[in-house]
Amino acid sequence: MGAVGVAAPPVERPDFEIVPRVGLILAGFAMVILVVAIAVNKLWPLEFLHVAGGAAWTIIDLFLGLVLGPIIGKMSIPARIEFTTKLMPKMVVIMPVVVTLTLAAGWQLATALGTNLTFHPDHGWVVASMIVVGVMAVIALGLLEPANIAVLIELKKPRPNPEVIEKLMKRFVYAAGVLGVMQIATLVIMTKLGSA
Amino acid sequence: MTERKLPPVTQMGMGSLALIVIGGIYLSAHLPRHVPLAPAVILLALSALLVAWNLFSLTRVPDFPWSRFFAVAKWSLLAYSVISALILYAFLQDHLSGGPLVVLTLSLVIFAVNVPILIGFTVARYYDPADEQVNIVRG
Repeated sequence: MGAVGVAAPPVERPDFEIVPRVGLILAGFAMVILVVAIAVNKLWPLEFLHVAGGAAWTIIDLFLGLVLGPIIGKMSIPARIEFTTKLMPKMVVIMPVVVTLTLAAGWQLATALGTNLTFHPDHGWVVASMIVVGVMAVIALGLLEPANIAVLIELKKPRPNPEVIEKLMKRFVYAAGVLGVMQIATLVIMTKLGSA
Repeated sequence: MTERKLPPVTQMGMGSLALIVIGGIYLSAHLPRHVPLAPAVILLALSALLVAWNLFSLTRVPDFPWSRFFAVAKWSLLAYSVISALILYAFLQDHLSGGPLVVLTLSLVIFAVNVPILIGFTVARYYDPADEQVNIVRG
């Protein structure tokens, strides 16, 4: 315990990359695989990318929104800053890649299976999944992603403003929570389609 | 924390995104039947208007930190252009053509411009001139 009247030591802020270069290389690799899978247009690679990407997307959203989010909210400021500087740069790369893989491969898969055609009996479920994904995209791209980038840039400053970080983190955690809950709807729709 | 009064860029940007998404779902949900394009074109035009309004309203903000805005927005534009190109590539592989292809391509252009504006704005609104240059991508 520090003596009364003595200023607290400055918060230690680990050095970090806002966008990890290694992550960009891996993201580029994933995009090449996606282009090849769409060009080849075979069922297995499309199903693999859609299921693997979708599983990663759903699990990350559920875990971040419903498990990690509340934990981050209860962390001490230094712990929260250290955790944020380690987690968020990875999220900047992982989420757009996972979402692009899932959606592009998913659309191509729906075309191959015919489920995106109006006369298919499961067409209604596919449209429902588009609506859920659409709402999630607006929240993720309008609130979550900008907050993610902005908090990292704030943390890079020589004197980060704790109030700004707090405000942006709150926005990030609430948006992640809403997305986590919406992913339950995605699970219902996708399992319904899978069992049809 | 003192915040200056700024236009509702985030709300307008999310509205623009929502219009694009509704238009995209409307078109996709009608395949392979003939799609009446008028509703999708109206949604696209409204979405483009909101993006234009966002940019215009930012030009009216005194001393808006455009350098910080563009430092972030240019990288976001690159990333979201790649994502848009991949989605467009999937549509082209499915032999989409004619009016629906034009509307979807323009929607993807609006999407690729809109998201960088939202990210650039969120970063720039907390800019403090006393801050040092922050590199977005560094080794």
